[in-house]
Amino acid sequence: MSDELIISKKKYKSRLIIGTGKYKNFTETAKAIKESGADIVTVAVRRVNITDKKKEMLTDYIDTKKINLLPNTAGCFNSDEALRTLRLAREMGGWRLVKLEVLGDKKTLYPNMVETLKATKVLVKEGFKVMVYCTDDLIMTKQLEDLGASAVMPLASPIGSGQGILNKINLSIIIEQAKVPVIVDAGIGTPSDACIAMELGCDGVLVNSAIAYAKNPILMSSAFKDSVVAGRKAFLSKRMKKNFFGIASSPREGII
Amino acid sequence: MAKIKLNGKNISILEDTSLLSLLEKYKIDRKKIAIELNGKIVQKNRFQKTFLKNMDRVELVHFIGGG
Repeated sequence: MSDELIISKKKYKSRLIIGTGKYKNFTETAKAIKESGADIVTVAVRRVNITDKKKEMLTDYIDTKKINLLPNTAGCFNSDEALRTLRLAREMGGWRLVKLEVLGDKKTLYPNMVETLKATKVLVKEGFKVMVYCTDDLIMTKQLEDLGASAVMPLASPIGSGQGILNKINLSIIIEQAKVPVIVDAGIGTPSDACIAMELGCDGVLVNSAIAYAKNPILMSSAFKDSVVAGRKAFLSKRMKKNFFGIASSPREGII
Repeated sequence: MAKIKLNGKNISILEDTSLLSLLEKYKIDRKKIAIELNGKIVQKNRFQKTFLKNMDRVELVHFIGGG
């Protein structure tokens, strides 16, 4: 059965997107990407360190023919900064699929939705395919959709917090009404969190810290791969109803 | 000599250095970066023909790990 993730008419094999931040080194990053099976990985845009003689670049370690780089705007606190970052990202390699993330609060890293909506509008007009990090608020995801977002990425809990999905109801409401892919971004702490997101019907999950900060990131990466696949299969299988009381699995007839 | 600001650092370069020569000086692969000159993006095919002047501000960016 073909069950691919489709974002802006493009198909992706994996429903797990991984971030490339916080790894010990580029070799570890590359191994984690391989184990995750992800075909989209996020990257940040930063100044080249001109005084570093070695000048190793992340892109030396990623086969961009196989892996799609998804430039993000991490660290941007207003729409102008985010626009500047993504225009530079596009210039770097012609990327049109981007992840917009405009933060509003340094402590919680909650998104500033007013600035996010503003930036989405401009980016869509400029021809970008925008996947948008957002609050788990139905009205916000609907507005992003109306503005032409290619995917909405509601947070599970604050970025890097590892608290898992704090509001399953909100997430379910968003999924139920969304016309574009819903990808849970931020706050996933462990594979069971990702599995729950997929069981709820999310189209994908984005994970960074939960893999990079594991004692064994490579093994954890493969655990996430399995959990996303399992959660998706469970969603497609449509789970059993919950019952208040117990219902025996073995028949009563023929009891000795 | 011309004084420019490269990624926030003051540096001196020969006058009329092109962006392409600047990249060569620092051994940077132009395919992997993007350049903003005085707040405006310079397209890659313009690197050779864009020459730096005194007081120019150059931002040289690339992709790094991020979530």
